[in-house]
Amino acid sequence: MSLLQIKNLSLAIHDTDILKQVNLSIAPGEIVAVTGESGSGKSMTALAVMQLLPNGAQTDGAIRLNEKDLLDQTEDQMCALRGAAIGMVFQEPMTALNPVKTIGDQVMETILIHKAMPHPQARARAEEVLTRVGLPPDRFPLSRFPHELSGGQRQRVVIAMAIALRPKLLIADEPTTALDVTTQAQILDLLKGLVTEFGMGLLMITHDLAVVADMADQIVVMRHGEVVESGATNHLLHHMQHPYTRMLFEASGHQVTLPDPGQPKPLLEVSNVVRDYRLPRKGLFETSGHHRAVDDVSFTLNRGERLGLVGESGCGKSTLTRAILGLEEVQSGDIRLDAQPVFSGHKANLAVRRKMQVVFQDPYGSFNPRHRVARLITEPFHLLETPPTGSERQDRIAEMLTAVGLSPDDMGKYIHEFSGGQRQRIAIARALIIRPELILFDEAVSALDVSVRAQILDLLVELCEAYDLTYLFISHDLSVVRTITDRVMVMRSGQIVEEGRTESVFSDPQHQYTKDLINAAPTLPDIGKVVA
Amino acid sequence: MLRYALKRLISLMISLAVASVVIFAVIEVAPGDPASFMLGVNAQEDTLAALRAELGLDGSKVQRYFNWVGGMLVGDFGTSYTYRTPVSQMIADRLWVSLPLALYALTLSTVIAFPVGIYAAARRGKPGDLTVMGATQLGIAVPNFWFAMMLVLIFAINLRWFNAGGFAGWDNGFWTGIHSLTLPAIALALPQAAILARVMRSSLLDILGEDFMRTARAKGLSRRQALWRHGVRNALIPVLTIIGLQFSFLLAGSIIIEQVFYLPGLGRLVFQAISARDLIVVESVVMLLVFAVITVNFLVDLAYAAVDPRLRSRT
Repeated sequence: MSLLQIKNLSLAIHDTDILKQVNLSIAPGEIVAVTGESGSGKSMTALAVMQLLPNGAQTDGAIRLNEKDLLDQTEDQMCALRGAAIGMVFQEPMTALNPVKTIGDQVMETILIHKAMPHPQARARAEEVLTRVGLPPDRFPLSRFPHELSGGQRQRVVIAMAIALRPKLLIADEPTTALDVTTQAQILDLLKGLVTEFGMGLLMITHDLAVVADMADQIVVMRHGEVVESGATNHLLHHMQHPYTRMLFEASGHQVTLPDPGQPKPLLEVSNVVRDYRLPRKGLFETSGHHRAVDDVSFTLNRGERLGLVGESGCGKSTLTRAILGLEEVQSGDIRLDAQPVFSGHKANLAVRRKMQVVFQDPYGSFNPRHRVARLITEPFHLLETPPTGSERQDRIAEMLTAVGLSPDDMGKYIHEFSGGQRQRIAIARALIIRPELILFDEAVSALDVSVRAQILDLLVELCEAYDLTYLFISHDLSVVRTITDRVMVMRSGQIVEEGRTESVFSDPQHQYTKDLINAAPTLPDIGKVVA
Repeated sequence: MLRYALKRLISLMISLAVASVVIFAVIEVAPGDPASFMLGVNAQEDTLAALRAELGLDGSKVQRYFNWVGGMLVGDFGTSYTYRTPVSQMIADRLWVSLPLALYALTLSTVIAFPVGIYAAARRGKPGDLTVMGATQLGIAVPNFWFAMMLVLIFAINLRWFNAGGFAGWDNGFWTGIHSLTLPAIALALPQAAILARVMRSSLLDILGEDFMRTARAKGLSRRQALWRHGVRNALIPVLTIIGLQFSFLLAGSIIIEQVFYLPGLGRLVFQAISARDLIVVESVVMLLVFAVITVNFLVDLAYAAVDPRLRSRT
């Protein structure tokens, strides 16, 4: 007997087809993972179950929860079901909680809004579920506000709200995507534990196939609003039928082979760098404290070498990146590129700046939407004393666009005409156009779908061969760093705790923190051989 | 919270001190000698000197600044050049009209704007919203003295519910005073309410798109419950800012309305004082307004902290 059954669900929003004939079912105590790339309709499927679709949505088919068709329910009836029979956990724990209400109030609200129990019992229940999700009231009083908690703790609060009334069905939409790997592992364990303990059905939406393979009893693979393949996890992993499913798994575990870095010759030398941030003063007459974001970091990056930097949020990766780029001054220590300081006399050294470029994470936010591609990718020219003009400039643009797999004809287009993956190619073209000695990739593939990510990784290898790139690849994604770098550094609380050849660090980590990181990261099952 | 308030209070003191220096300096460099203005162009030099001494215009600039500030601290604002009466008395009389009028208008504008803004946000894009948007657009575009004249025409001349102008004073009872301030308060409040309603609407619409509103709906709250329990309080921050600005404007910027309704308010006092080069009155009223604006901002800061716990802990 299934708990939730979605039968031939179709959804159109303002006459655009979003979902086509989606079928899936969840039994009590079962975890069903819906996976697919962006735009596949997986989140819309979840919202359709909640009946929280955007305006102009038209649904067809049936969504049965315990034989009750949710599509036939009135809005009032749905309000009674939401939170009580179906709980939902969202992706962004930082924004999913109301900033002006205490966590206790927000958890109790789920209980009180359904008039499930009087106030004192609701309070006791809130304490109980918060304890269950790992936030015991003696350490995390109900009077805490969301901003006093970390991302992982906030996600626990969101989960507590969702399970406060022991719903039969829990929907989790990318519940760990915004979290660090170690936190992710804890939250996934918590969800698994809750499913077993309460016999809930869990509908989990995620793009992360490693998480899917780790967690799910059943897998549903979606593309363009359709289910392309579904089945029991173990069976599906070993007998993939649809080429799209195979492509997804292959792209997730995509491996590349980097060309030989050549003879070690130092390019970037970072020695004993310290970067402190001033904290707000506690009292009017007290001196302000410091937060040491980067703590005595030293390393050398050789010419032609690809160096990785991994660590969890807040470990100081970004601060270090900014310091290397000469965007902020460090308190002590020295950063030199080609033996020249990146920062001299309280300002960035322009002679060094033009030897470095950076590619950022967000392919949508890092371009001015009003400029054409030609202008966008030639932005670094302003760093040069004699920027190329006329036909030389056109040739450079054409060469770069071709190098990153686009066409020279694209130079007259605006950025909104490109997909996320193409934009990231343009960002790489922009970084390469002045032939920098060093490129910094700051989470450059983290926002991309797995298939696009695989293409960008391939592109990087091609560029390494063609242009002898030297880069620092900053990422929280261990699997990507493992394949795209020669050497890796692990950063924690501002310090480099481990450093070495990438393969040896991953296969034989020495520091306990590196071990924890690697263990916490969900791994993709070794399906390559079976499929091939 | 206490530390936050204390910090704000200190910043308030500093602002006041800086403002007093600026006001004094600006008025000092303004051309025109009050003594020669009062005695006319044919006045004898020694008569002018005598008058300057009498008006306290002959000391050094620094000395005069400290005399002025020191006097204000104990409630002595000096003597008006033109009326020869204590400025503190003149201001107090006018303040008894302007302050209640500003508060009255602000209350009206808030009471109108909040429900209208929330109503429009809850019905975004629907006829109710469009009507509100149209009406508020009109309210912003039409000058308040036109409202004032229409109100006089309808409620004073035709219906005879109110007097067309003048202020009855507070001696005849609270309600008599309120009654004579009602039409001016409405005329002042309507354009402000239109602005405030629009701010409330757009602020609330921003909040409605936030993730935590979706979380609230997922918990089982209806659209309306989510709006009231999670939306309104979060939407208040920009609205409070506008309320603070509006109060400052209403206190001194109502000169046209005072003129239309023949009210003895601060706006008219400043206007008359400027035309008569009565610098001591101008100085004092401006300083008082600065004090009012800074105090209101202080209160708005406290209100922010009351609404948003993140500000409280950031000390």
